[in-house]
Amino acid sequence: MDFRKQWHIFVAMLRANLLGYGGGPATIPLIHKEVVGTYKWMEDDEFSDVVALANTLPGPIVTKLSGYIGHHVGGLIGMINALVAAVFPTAILTILLVGTLVSFQDVPAVQGMTEAIAPVVGVLLIVMTYNFLKQSRQKVGFWGTFLLTLVSLVVLELLNIHPAILIVVLMVIAFSRRPEQEREQAQQKG
Amino acid sequence: MVYWHLFVAFFIPGIVGYGGGPASIPLIEHEVVNRYGWMGTQEFGEVLALGNALPGPIATKMAGFIGFEVAGVPGALVAIFATVAPSLAAMLLLMKLLLKYKDHPRVQQMTSFIRAPIAVLLGVLAFQFFFMSWDDSGVVHTVVLVGTSLLLLEKFKVHPAIVIAGALVYGAVVLS
Repeated sequence: MDFRKQWHIFVAMLRANLLGYGGGPATIPLIHKEVVGTYKWMEDDEFSDVVALANTLPGPIVTKLSGYIGHHVGGLIGMINALVAAVFPTAILTILLVGTLVSFQDVPAVQGMTEAIAPVVGVLLIVMTYNFLKQSRQKVGFWGTFLLTLVSLVVLELLNIHPAILIVVLMVIAFSRRPEQEREQAQQKG
Repeated sequence: MVYWHLFVAFFIPGIVGYGGGPASIPLIEHEVVNRYGWMGTQEFGEVLALGNALPGPIATKMAGFIGFEVAGVPGALVAIFATVAPSLAAMLLLMKLLLKYKDHPRVQQMTSFIRAPIAVLLGVLAFQFFFMSWDDSGVVHTVVLVGTSLLLLEKFKVHPAIVIAGALVYGAVVLS
């Protein structure tokens, strides 16, 4: 077993999750930073596929991401290692601190800290949004991305249709269309 | 028996809850409060509020806490396992399939089509955080924090950990 690699998996997942305020989805940019940036376990494109699939499946996102990445990098032990790092420290903190936190939640400094985190998480997510749009443009061109973004906005925000339904329908449409590789190549160049 | 109940109570939200952990909270509440009566609505709400004040995924924090309350350490382990395992197994299976056929043109087309909707999901989430900040700390602090962190993260390539630590200090000193 490669202890160094397992240690890296543990550190990456622990760091991302201890800094991730606002639930799992807010942690995705931090995991991206560790996996694509710091340790270079995956290319940007592959990571995006993993995020997309994790969004399509039910259940918590971060445990799916951590578990998959752990498995990808370090096999079964890597998977368990990543999950332990992602889940246990914060779960244990919750068990230990819920009683104590009741008395601290009204302290102004603590409130200020929780408030100041929100815009930073927003920025991390916006940067990630931009990356996804850029990738989309490389793959389906400007107008394709424009159209897909518009459709997604309307379906998700105005019609309040569940994201999983939208993603599955789009995947079926994309899969059944005849691939026009020549056009795709031309678009990738242009 | 109680372990089985814990397993079911967290297994069901884990397989029917789409949209990540936060989306499965109401489903967890239904199981924990209405079906098994381990907690009242108010207590559940308090634990949720405090859980949100701590970092990390919310679904597993709730599972850990409630499992521990109901049946000690083994209870916490069972609840966390039920939350994590089913969706992760599906993920590993489908990702394997996807990687196997990833050079197939139709599969490539499939993955390229879903970039934009994921961008929309992330973008909407980002704006929820911006509006939350706007409500809690006002326009000026929100603009200062957004501008500074964007500059630090993108222009100067500062590690997010440092930016977040900086924001915590700013919050404790300026926003309190």
